[in-house]
Amino acid sequence: MTPVDRHKPRSPLDLFVSFNQLALQGFGGVLAVAQRELVERKRWISNEEFVEEWSVAQVMPGPNIVNFALMIGGRHFGLGGAVAAVTGLLAAPLVLVLLLALVYAQYINNPHVVGALRGMGAVAAGLIISAALKLSSSIKSNPLGPPACVALGVTCFIGIALLRWPLVYVLPGLGVTSCMLAYRQLKP
Amino acid sequence: MPHLVLQWTDWLDLFLHYSALSLLSVGGVISTAPEMHRYLVDQLHWLSEAQFNSSIAIAQAAPGPNILFVALMGWNIGLNAGSFAAALLGVLLTMSGILIPSSTLAYLAIRWGHQNRELRVVRAFKLGMAPLVISLMGATGWILASANSDPAKDWPLWLLTAATAMILWRSKIHLLWLLAVGAALGWFGGL
Repeated sequence: MTPVDRHKPRSPLDLFVSFNQLALQGFGGVLAVAQRELVERKRWISNEEFVEEWSVAQVMPGPNIVNFALMIGGRHFGLGGAVAAVTGLLAAPLVLVLLLALVYAQYINNPHVVGALRGMGAVAAGLIISAALKLSSSIKSNPLGPPACVALGVTCFIGIALLRWPLVYVLPGLGVTSCMLAYRQLKP
Repeated sequence: MPHLVLQWTDWLDLFLHYSALSLLSVGGVISTAPEMHRYLVDQLHWLSEAQFNSSIAIAQAAPGPNILFVALMGWNIGLNAGSFAAALLGVLLTMSGILIPSSTLAYLAIRWGHQNRELRVVRAFKLGMAPLVISLMGATGWILASANSDPAKDWPLWLLTAATAMILWRSKIHLLWLLAVGAALGWFGGL
């Protein structure tokens, strides 16, 4: 992506509205929607930057998507932007989830509602997988090289998705290896 | 559903407990849910088992960040204490407790990382983590999809997941159309 294609949020209000919109589309998590909205539609960041910044959001304590919103908001409008993005992310979904909690008891056993939620869950899973597929194109420019990236990624997937090992063991173990390899590849 | 009489010291305890969990929530807040269960359900009996589970289930079903399950726990504790005002106080205390410490730390770390983004060690960290971050996203999709665990009965759901992944990978169709299709198929019993 060339700098000409790049757009920026116009104001903290723009951040608030944008994060509000993507949060309300985020069934089963907001990460994949963030990739779709911020990289593909709004073009505030590239796939490569998205992965790099997400890695920071991932290893810090706290909800990844909140850390990510802090990062995007703070980058453009400082602390005010960070607060605007996080508030946008949380405010409307919070009201919605409280309303849902109030009516939940009446519909919990309705087979139509249960079925609709299962269907939306399956779509949400597909969305997340599609975002991973798109972001995987960003490793072409990674100094680790595609074979090492694929080996690390596949090992991580087997540990987390198939063997269901805890993230707190898998991420530091593979992360230290991977970062040391990258450090050796980079010119001092 | 428990009936509670909560003093201001109890509310303070709730806030401080969530503040501590905030700093421990590496890898997502859901990873601290077992500790919340131990504290709120087993030890203090502020939430029933059913309330704890439905807090997580509703937040998963609703749009938005999954972290809102924390708000629902605060909401339910407040309702158990007897009023909507207490429920709103519960939401405020649990959410600010779980968010403020980690967000402060993350904001400072992100700013430092951005100011020093040309440092070799910062570059190495971001580039080294890239394949793992992408892999973790794929793993999340896989885990969500395999919640439908019976292949003989649930194959239409797997098919829907695979079709969605392909369509969204290759096209720019708006996500809400696919969510609507998924909801309609499920509503009318096609899944």
